[in-house]
Amino acid sequence: MDMMSDRIADRVKQMKGSGIREFFDIAQQMEDAISLGVGEPDFVTPWRIREACIFSLEKGYTSYTSNWGLLELREALSDSIYKETGVYYDPEGELLITTGVSEAADLALRAMLNPGDEVILHEPSYVSYNPCTVFAGGTTVCVATGVEDEFKVRAEQIEEKITERTKALILSYPNNPTGATLSRKELEEIADVANEHDLLVISDEVYGKLTYEGTHTCFASLNGMKERTVLLNGFSKSYAMTGWRLGYAAGNKELIEAMMKIHQYVMMCAPITAQMAAIEALRCEDEVERMVSEYNRRRRVMVDGLNALGLSCFEPKGAFYTFPSIQTTGLTSEEFAKRLLLEEKVVVIPGSVFGACGEGFIRCAYAVSQYEIKEALERIERFLTGIK
Amino acid sequence: MKEELKEKQKEVEILRVLEGNARLSDAEIARMMGIKEDAVKAIIAELESKRIIRKYKAVINYEKAGIETVQALIDVKVSPERDTGYDSVAERISRFPEVQSVRLVSGEYDLSVLVSGKTMQEVAYFVAEKIAPLEQVRNTLTHFLLKTYKEHGEIYGEEGQGKRLAVTL
Repeated sequence: MDMMSDRIADRVKQMKGSGIREFFDIAQQMEDAISLGVGEPDFVTPWRIREACIFSLEKGYTSYTSNWGLLELREALSDSIYKETGVYYDPEGELLITTGVSEAADLALRAMLNPGDEVILHEPSYVSYNPCTVFAGGTTVCVATGVEDEFKVRAEQIEEKITERTKALILSYPNNPTGATLSRKELEEIADVANEHDLLVISDEVYGKLTYEGTHTCFASLNGMKERTVLLNGFSKSYAMTGWRLGYAAGNKELIEAMMKIHQYVMMCAPITAQMAAIEALRCEDEVERMVSEYNRRRRVMVDGLNALGLSCFEPKGAFYTFPSIQTTGLTSEEFAKRLLLEEKVVVIPGSVFGACGEGFIRCAYAVSQYEIKEALERIERFLTGIK
Repeated sequence: MKEELKEKQKEVEILRVLEGNARLSDAEIARMMGIKEDAVKAIIAELESKRIIRKYKAVINYEKAGIETVQALIDVKVSPERDTGYDSVAERISRFPEVQSVRLVSGEYDLSVLVSGKTMQEVAYFVAEKIAPLEQVRNTLTHFLLKTYKEHGEIYGEEGQGKRLAVTL
């Protein structure tokens, strides 16, 4: 047989894997490492939610569900979205339950892109959007955001990148990895651009409930945006349900229907156990509040601590990440992360993983206990003294 | 009005934080809340002087510490008195150091009293000698505590926490 690598599809072969896999493996093996490299809550899913899931299993809910997801869940979700954002999505046709937001993002891109279509993506951003765009046959056009703008993408930056092939814009605020948020006014300016240039918008708002200052504005709630926006959200971050893999997409009927067509053939339906749990999750808003106020306390300690160490860090207003600059150390963000891990056993993520403009920064999650934050900051301080 | 509300929110948050961990320093609490250390000091001082914060104590798993103690919940049926109702007898029972807590409850009994001692006998005698004979007490029912699963919001068993991956993007 010929080399198998010759038989792998080009677009997959050419996709850059994560260049720091080896370093991640070391982190995984290390016993007494403190990890600020996590991308998920340290809370266990609230017991009420777990208990509801167990109960559903006892009752024998183990079958497939409708491709769209359980109607009861879609109805509850529609109510909850309406209550929070003022946008009404018809549970029959405008809402699709997916296996995590990841699947929803993939479906949205595949449902809208023809070969060569361009998608505008602000960076630094979550690592999946670009590969999913490429796998769907599209091309990503990146907009670099910088610390001077607190990593907010500006409407005119987007406008500059628009060509005849531009089909869609991906918005991901509150942002992973920076923790940046956009105000209503900033979003409105972007909405104007989307309107003027007739763009579709994929708005990933999975960290929306984790907003610490001001309130989160749902992009679809802006004037005229509901029809051109695919709203992506899920249960992972706000309800501490990452491993359940449950998300959803909401938007224009025809587009959601097209996404459902792919979902139907590829995934069939999201797991019923997770869907049963999610119905209960929607009744657990005070659990969310409890977690959010704890994140908020950790956020302040982390930001203060990093700034005190000379790793200047703008104030992130959402998600559970800080994105401090490490430029004063003279190290690249990958060198910094590697050495910090090997010398002081603290895991952070090099900013460069999230796009070239993330170079010079590291992502430190504060979804860890107050004790771990304290200990990690002490270790980072020792490390910084060592490299001076 | 708005300022007042903000002060109230700060107070509530400090109480919640201290309830979770009373050993945090003022500076640590200040950093968590994004307010000045002096402000934290002042709020706590006021909460203490108003006796809203009654004391700071540890939640101890005595069984694990190998210190033997016996506790019992005593249901006490009481004839309320004119003027003072249940208060005078409840206060009287409260003064015994063996008594850990006294609560007025709804249902078949009136007071729920937690008593602790070194041995079962000691607790039983205490109830027989000090509580049952009280004039207003009509009846008592003693439940010895066999095992504590959760105390003050703390689950005593080891909760099987799944290990998160060290790195997820």
